[in-house]
Amino acid sequence: MAAPTTLPSALADAVRDESSLRRFLHGLPGVDQVGVEQRAAGLGTRSIKKAAKLHAIDLAISMVDLTTLEGADTPGKVRGLAAKARRPDPDRPDVPKVAAVCVYPDMVKTAADELRGTGIGVASVATAFPSGRSTMDVKLADTRFAVEQGASEVDMVIDRGAFLSGRYGQVFEEIVEVKRACGDAHLKVILETGELVTYDNVRRASWLALLAGGDFIKTSTGKVQPAATLPVTHVMLQAVRDWKTQTGELRGVKPAGGIRSTKDAIKYLVAVHEVAGPEWLDPHLFRFGASTLLNDLLMQRRTQLDGHYSGPDYVTVD
Amino acid sequence: MSDRVTVAKTYKLYIGGAFPRSESGRSYPVTDSKGAFLANAAQGSRKDARDAVTAARKAFGGWSGATAYNRGQVLYRVAEVLEGRREQFVTEVAASEGVPVKKAQSLVDTAIDRWVWYAGWTDKVAAVLGSANPVAGPYFSFSTPEPTGVVAVLAPQQSSLLGLVSVIAPVIASGNTAVVVTSQDRPLPAITLSEVLATSDVPGGVVNIITGRTAEIAPWLASHADVNALDLTGAPEPLRAELERSAAGTVKRVLRTKVGEDFAVTPDLSRIRAYLETKTVWHPMGV
Repeated sequence: MAAPTTLPSALADAVRDESSLRRFLHGLPGVDQVGVEQRAAGLGTRSIKKAAKLHAIDLAISMVDLTTLEGADTPGKVRGLAAKARRPDPDRPDVPKVAAVCVYPDMVKTAADELRGTGIGVASVATAFPSGRSTMDVKLADTRFAVEQGASEVDMVIDRGAFLSGRYGQVFEEIVEVKRACGDAHLKVILETGELVTYDNVRRASWLALLAGGDFIKTSTGKVQPAATLPVTHVMLQAVRDWKTQTGELRGVKPAGGIRSTKDAIKYLVAVHEVAGPEWLDPHLFRFGASTLLNDLLMQRRTQLDGHYSGPDYVTVD
Repeated sequence: MSDRVTVAKTYKLYIGGAFPRSESGRSYPVTDSKGAFLANAAQGSRKDARDAVTAARKAFGGWSGATAYNRGQVLYRVAEVLEGRREQFVTEVAASEGVPVKKAQSLVDTAIDRWVWYAGWTDKVAAVLGSANPVAGPYFSFSTPEPTGVVAVLAPQQSSLLGLVSVIAPVIASGNTAVVVTSQDRPLPAITLSEVLATSDVPGGVVNIITGRTAEIAPWLASHADVNALDLTGAPEPLRAELERSAAGTVKRVLRTKVGEDFAVTPDLSRIRAYLETKTVWHPMGV
């Protein structure tokens, strides 16, 4: 097994072969379920108001990966989404643009053409999304296709079946291969925490993805319930924080699915600040995978600035 | 011998078919006309109003999409449940408004009759206010009345049940959904009405009832961008102009009525008409 980067000796040992990888992952401290849930709920009660809220809303908008992953997607819909990504609220040019647009591989070209020169990323899901049930060749071809079409970020899914049956080496190799196929594109590794059952598994999968070279760890595909939750994101934020302590490298986290309201988004930002640290309050290191969240953020932003409640008539229908 | 301690009730709001406490956690004592304590009512805040508007918007699609006949049946059912609670309403109206029981009985009866009257209009409004327009061309042209959306209703301050029914029923009869701010000092009949609505067939969110200070909540509803119309009936006199001005900011329909309206008189269609939009459709003939 080949470590993708130069790792400190303890971590380099972990990826030497499959049995040492298993030893390392199972040697990670267990997650205190009650503790992490309580801590997440506690942080969720922080009251963020006025100027701080406005700042949080703008930050959250700039972190959104505006997503459409439907069988019914059309080039027209993707172009519409790209227009919204460039200028989320056409009445107010001071609204920041979103971080990226996230689409299926066949829509990447449409999105890339629309977003050229804007600084907005084009993220593509790949590797037989959302189930990840296909051969290695197909997954790599899927990834290469997305990158050729112009994706600057690739969201891959791990093989949960392999992970849950303990074939960590296989999952590791897969991530390494996909990372190689990505070239310069950033790799986000979707753990699909809703299928991993325990927090311990989430921690192991997070470390596995970080060891294999994922630039981001992402909670979910959005196709499985439960999707992103605060405690799960908590555990993943701890992983990237510890990764920084041990290697000095900064890796990102992306909760996706089920984050619909501004209130939820702000709870996540509080968790990012408290668990990982203020440096992660940056679109390069924290993203929201969402579609409906953006409209709620825009409505809340209008409410803050106009002094009265806004409504869905004032944002786009998508 | 009867040393039983009376149970002082603390009522809650009625939002989206549920009975939540006020987000603010506040409540205020409600007294009868002579100042004796009756119960505690929740003192709603602007955030309760916001939640109520969200619930009303959510309910609008289903309620406005239901057939007029179906809405009529639902409203008749409400009248039946009102009738079943007649004694409770009589007691509350008598205590709240300080009228003799005889008078209270007549007020409650008129209120139930008023509800039935509006229920009857659900499937007749389109025939009376709509039209088949004669046009110079080979087209059918129809104008049909459609509900405007979410209506914020400031219920009358004096007439605690008859007035309340007279302002809510015309809003929902045509398919709108309502956010109602009750009479500030006489909210008990409105609270009982919310229990009636919750136990009849009215879908949650079609009527949302907030108790509290009208002057505190009304401005937030008047300026709310997701409210389509505003009924100023129970608005405090000094606030009216300001409420109308902020309602204009988001182009709401505003219903201004004379202060001291007599709700005992059988109404006309003006309250129903106030919350309707006219949609005109052209259709080629002979195709």
